[in-house]
Amino acid sequence: MKAAVLVFPGSNREVDVAQAIELVTARKPVMVWHGDGDFEKTDLIVVPGGFSYGDYLRCGAMAAQSPVMAEVKRRATQGVPVLAICNGFQIVTEAGLLPGTLMRNAHLKFVCRDVHLKVESSQSLFTNRYQQGQVLRIPVAHAEGNYFADADTLKRIEDRGQVAFRYCAPDGTVDGTGNPNGSLANIAGVFNESKTVMGLMPHPENAIESMFGGCDGKPLFEGLVEALS
Amino acid sequence: MSVAVERNPPVRLPNEPSITPEIVAEHGLSPDEYQRVLAIMGRTPTMVELGIFSAMWSEHCSYKSSKIWLKKLPTTAPWVIQGPGENAGVIDIGDGQAAIFKMESHNHPSYIEPYQGAATGVGGILRDVFTMGARPIANLNALRFGDPKHPKTRHLVSGVVAGIGGYGNCMGIPTVGGETNFHPAYNGNILVNAMTVGIAPTNRIFYAAAAGVGNPLVYVGSKTGRDGIHGATMSSAEFNEDSESKRPTVQVGDPFVEKLLLEACLELMATDAIVAIQDMGAAGLTSSSFEMAAKGGLGVVVELDKVPMRETGMNPYELMLSESQERMLIVLKPGREELARRIFEKWELDFAVIGRLTDTERMVLSWHGEIVGNIPIPPLVTEAPVYERPWTLTPLPAVLDAAAVPAPKDWRASLLALMSCPDLASKAWIWNQYDHLIMGNTAIRPQDGDAALVRVPPDGSHIGHKGLAVTSDCTPRYVQAHPETGGRQAVAEAWRNITAVGARPLAVTDNMNFGNPQKPEIMGQFAGAIMGMAEACKVLDFPVVSGNVSLYNETEGRPILPTPTIGAVGVIDDIAKAVGSRLTQSGLGIVLIGQTTGWLGQSLYLREACGREEGAPPPVDLVVERRNGNFVRAQIAAGQIKACHDLSDGGLLVALAEMCIAGSTGVEIAMPAGQTAPPHAFLYGEDQGRYLVAAGSPDEILDAAAAAGVPAMLLGYSGGPSLTVKGVLSLELRDIKAAHEAWLPAYMNATD
Repeated sequence: MKAAVLVFPGSNREVDVAQAIELVTARKPVMVWHGDGDFEKTDLIVVPGGFSYGDYLRCGAMAAQSPVMAEVKRRATQGVPVLAICNGFQIVTEAGLLPGTLMRNAHLKFVCRDVHLKVESSQSLFTNRYQQGQVLRIPVAHAEGNYFADADTLKRIEDRGQVAFRYCAPDGTVDGTGNPNGSLANIAGVFNESKTVMGLMPHPENAIESMFGGCDGKPLFEGLVEALS
Repeated sequence: MSVAVERNPPVRLPNEPSITPEIVAEHGLSPDEYQRVLAIMGRTPTMVELGIFSAMWSEHCSYKSSKIWLKKLPTTAPWVIQGPGENAGVIDIGDGQAAIFKMESHNHPSYIEPYQGAATGVGGILRDVFTMGARPIANLNALRFGDPKHPKTRHLVSGVVAGIGGYGNCMGIPTVGGETNFHPAYNGNILVNAMTVGIAPTNRIFYAAAAGVGNPLVYVGSKTGRDGIHGATMSSAEFNEDSESKRPTVQVGDPFVEKLLLEACLELMATDAIVAIQDMGAAGLTSSSFEMAAKGGLGVVVELDKVPMRETGMNPYELMLSESQERMLIVLKPGREELARRIFEKWELDFAVIGRLTDTERMVLSWHGEIVGNIPIPPLVTEAPVYERPWTLTPLPAVLDAAAVPAPKDWRASLLALMSCPDLASKAWIWNQYDHLIMGNTAIRPQDGDAALVRVPPDGSHIGHKGLAVTSDCTPRYVQAHPETGGRQAVAEAWRNITAVGARPLAVTDNMNFGNPQKPEIMGQFAGAIMGMAEACKVLDFPVVSGNVSLYNETEGRPILPTPTIGAVGVIDDIAKAVGSRLTQSGLGIVLIGQTTGWLGQSLYLREACGREEGAPPPVDLVVERRNGNFVRAQIAAGQIKACHDLSDGGLLVALAEMCIAGSTGVEIAMPAGQTAPPHAFLYGEDQGRYLVAAGSPDEILDAAAAAGVPAMLLGYSGGPSLTVKGVLSLELRDIKAAHEAWLPAYMNATD
């Protein structure tokens, strides 16, 4: 699997995700600068976490207008898979590749801690190594992760099985107790309609080694390798 | 510009006021110091020259009250590459890698404007570390706030924490450790001490000393505005009721720009273009250009009209004294300007050649072709005021007899009260606002061990076995009671905390926060603390490689507790062998290492349960400290220990409770036979040099301890849902945990 990781001014988890990909694939991903609208063809595009453009104006708003994102949009419509994490999730929703938006956390503070996620669907490129209903422990680190969509959009993504992960209690109960940011319907990650684009707030790239936060994020990358190699 | 022109006296600018005694006083210079200025200059200085003297001779930049004492600290060891005097200290951690680190205060700005004050404190210390060529890999912070009941405290905690998080999170550097205390002595003067640790190859470390006459002087980063003018002078004065009006002297940070600056500097550092580099911190362009030239024994011409400016109408005085953030000064090799310009323009940062090096040993400032400042550099250093201020040592208070301290009437309530008191309550509310996991190298997270532990990535690749243990420590109530003991204890505790995770303690950075040095008793606190620290650093082979002094921490004449914060770094060769303090397994033997006499003087129990702050602090026997620590570290390396926690605030019972709730495993222990101290002294006393370890084969530890002459006793075993001390108390862990975790969020969410 050949992956591209985008780099915007202010990206800061691009190294983390590049290392996760390298650990799983034994192959370094291509790092693509935000001004590069003509980067080489890859099997996967990753939009990483960070504070692109300082989160000024609105998280992800400026990055969504960059030359590289115009090309990502074009390739995404052709079916190239896109994994968007944290600030990347904010960027791709701003770019219109995923439904909904990420608002300021309900408690108004940055939150960094492990959360529990319930896998809503194993039927995707990104989640095929998980079981539906499986509970994962993966960290979050964000101030704007409060997922919101209007009622029609929410109904549509629920009906079409576009919710990838929900925040839950350690035992898998989805009742709001495990929700770190006030996200609507405890949504932590969503797919586009064709399930070729996935955005999520938690950081699977920081959960790939047992000594460093656990391994629950690793199957996500392993599943991608299997699907895309 | 010819040398002859450079020696010309400067012109006075239109509108420039005449120098009066009032203006001199406003610049924080004493009449004596102004006489020195006149002697050096041989004439009346211009305003910009006066401003430069004021900044360079401020306590903050010149260390004029502390210098003679700081010399007493040991600063060398075979692994020390660079001791105090550079932007940060540098130590060799093996495999061609160096750890570069420093701690610095931002106390006054954080009190005046907590968010920006704390944020720019983090920004400043990060620049100190990456200006030397290091990629920062860990941040820590040591915070001291006033009484939680004081009307400003909640606002200050909220703003400082948000500011530290706001800056560090955006920079993408994990904030992995630190400490937060509360005491009424900090009501009018909080402490914000920030520490950064970075990694660089030992053969690619960058220094500030300029070299090469004619080499270009380059300005990069943000534009210069009018913020922070006189910050260094402001932070060298006491607070009074007018301090609020000093808000405009606080700088405003932009972590996004600093992130770009970090990446651009590291990219340039990977080339061979740089001769010297220095960040613009306190006193901005003045101290950076001055220090670079002084360290290189050279002169410098600065064309101030070339400085990128954020505002129109700025004058030379403002440009030289602005403390606008996210700026660097670089001396480039000749002909490398275009290479460097391309890198900084790629990162959308300002880049301007603003001057060049000369052989005149003078700092010459020009403004649209006219000389506006012309100062000889060496005398500003050699003739700088140095004070041996009168000092009176604090006498050692009488030792408090443990029998004279009442035992708790209700043991369970006493433990719950201690675990939920402001100093011991969980600080998760704070560190959950800091990204402590970014970079994916955090092996021991906040609260999971005595020191935080991060993996050292070799050359940016992912697989590594080495870890750095980092901690910050000080027990101000001990230092207040007896500065020598307190200084010794702060170093010893930092050493112990590094040891408790299995790492080898290597070196420290010290952040000396004290009151007004012109008071003999305050200067005596400083002197005493230094004596204690020096002795501990020497015996423990733990040199000081960098540091910062913050004096005049007083408001309305009331000083803070003397607070020499020690930031420490240690290394563990195989990170997989490290241990945290979480008790996660049943059936482990709980072994107490070290001697317990039941020392209650200055203990947290005495303060929290009895409302008394008195007696001598616990003595620190450094030879015993080293022996016990070396034993524990060896046992960890041998794989004998599953969890380890040092004993400090609150003593044995608090340490045990912390281990239990962190790992959700209970214990049952018994008071050891032959123990002469009363139970509350044994369980809450704060004797030094002690550890609790959990081991699968406790007998082997006891045998090894006996062989090494280290006191050790088996207290009981882990297991069950409760913490039980037979015949004394039993508490369910969930009750302890609830009390421990509830206080800070409840306090911060309260609206009274």
